[in-house]
Amino acid sequence: MMKKLRYTAWVAVAVGVLLGGVLLVRSAFLTPLSEMPFAVKIGGPFTLTTHTGERLSAKDLKGKPFAIFFGFTFCPEVCPTTLLELTQAIEQLGAEADKMRFLFVSVDHERDTPDHLKTYISNFDKRIVGLTGTAEEIAAIAKAYRVYFKKVPTEGSYTIDHTATTYLMGRKGQMVSTLAYQEKPETRLAKLRGLIRGTR
Amino acid sequence: MVNKLMNRICISLALGLIAVSSLAPASAQTKSSSPIKISSAWVRATPVGAKVAGGYLTITNQSSKSDRLIGATFPKSARVEVHEMKVVDEVMRMRQLPDGLEIKPGATVVLKPGSYHLMFIGLHEQIKVGHTINGTLEFKNAGTVRVTFKTRGLGQGSMPGHGKAHQSMKQPNAHGSGSGHGSGSGHDEKTITNHKHPK
Repeated sequence: MMKKLRYTAWVAVAVGVLLGGVLLVRSAFLTPLSEMPFAVKIGGPFTLTTHTGERLSAKDLKGKPFAIFFGFTFCPEVCPTTLLELTQAIEQLGAEADKMRFLFVSVDHERDTPDHLKTYISNFDKRIVGLTGTAEEIAAIAKAYRVYFKKVPTEGSYTIDHTATTYLMGRKGQMVSTLAYQEKPETRLAKLRGLIRGTR
Repeated sequence: MVNKLMNRICISLALGLIAVSSLAPASAQTKSSSPIKISSAWVRATPVGAKVAGGYLTITNQSSKSDRLIGATFPKSARVEVHEMKVVDEVMRMRQLPDGLEIKPGATVVLKPGSYHLMFIGLHEQIKVGHTINGTLEFKNAGTVRVTFKTRGLGQGSMPGHGKAHQSMKQPNAHGSGSGHGSGSGHDEKTITNHKHPK
């Protein structure tokens, strides 16, 4: 009885090791991580309102790569810094920047109306599009992009914890790469160029 | 004619009084010596339409008693809160410090991007580079301390050498003495005025 149990356990370990090994080899040599069957899928359908009041959906983005970042305008540091860094990168990319899109999605639907976003976004490169929507619409895109956001009350106001990473998405709306908060400027530029010049 | 002369004298007397009274706090300032020393105070310029701004400074507590930064006033905002910000696992988290920020005896605490900061909430107007803005800091023991904020560009996300430095400042009550504040805090020392109001 004991022997049988031990035998079964060893078989289970062997199968586990074999399976792990196969997956490791696959990830290293065969398939990009983002296309692995078990990988967390980032990206997906959404419909939001732009800072100029138009509706924009994921379908409208097909065919062009894009950078997408989540934040809110009542954010003193991360959001304006990221938008400024993107603006500087866009300037350095020059005309090449027109071959991709840049999206800033507000996770603060209560305060960030399209009108307010329009004023705020006017500080940055005109190629950056501000997006907002209803609570449901924002929750839906956050879910699709695995973006964490949570409203946190303060004494007389509230702030929002949120994912500070910029996602670089390919022509089919699939994730290709990311920009970390305060990525080195040269790395940021290289990643954006890679996205524009690449085929994904 | 006499009436007109009397009027003139009254006006000049009144003006003189105003001038003297406005000078009074300035002279008191040089006499007092607060145990709280403030340096390198700055505020990040804001985009048009922004309702909040971040304020940063270095605080040294020269007294033998622990103190706490519990509040502040800023003329361009409706209110000020003491916050801590961190980016952990790609998520930006910001928290108000409900009991303020402790500055232990002899310690220096740096409020800087990616860490502790003053959150100016409900801006009345845009903060532009070149502005210098006078505010006050409220300490539990030292009372009110004056501070002058310089404005730095929007791109001042973090100070040189502080890219990942916030990782080391995890405790809300950490006394940053001696660690991590040396490299970025050596500027603008002269622009800060220290003053303890008599209570």
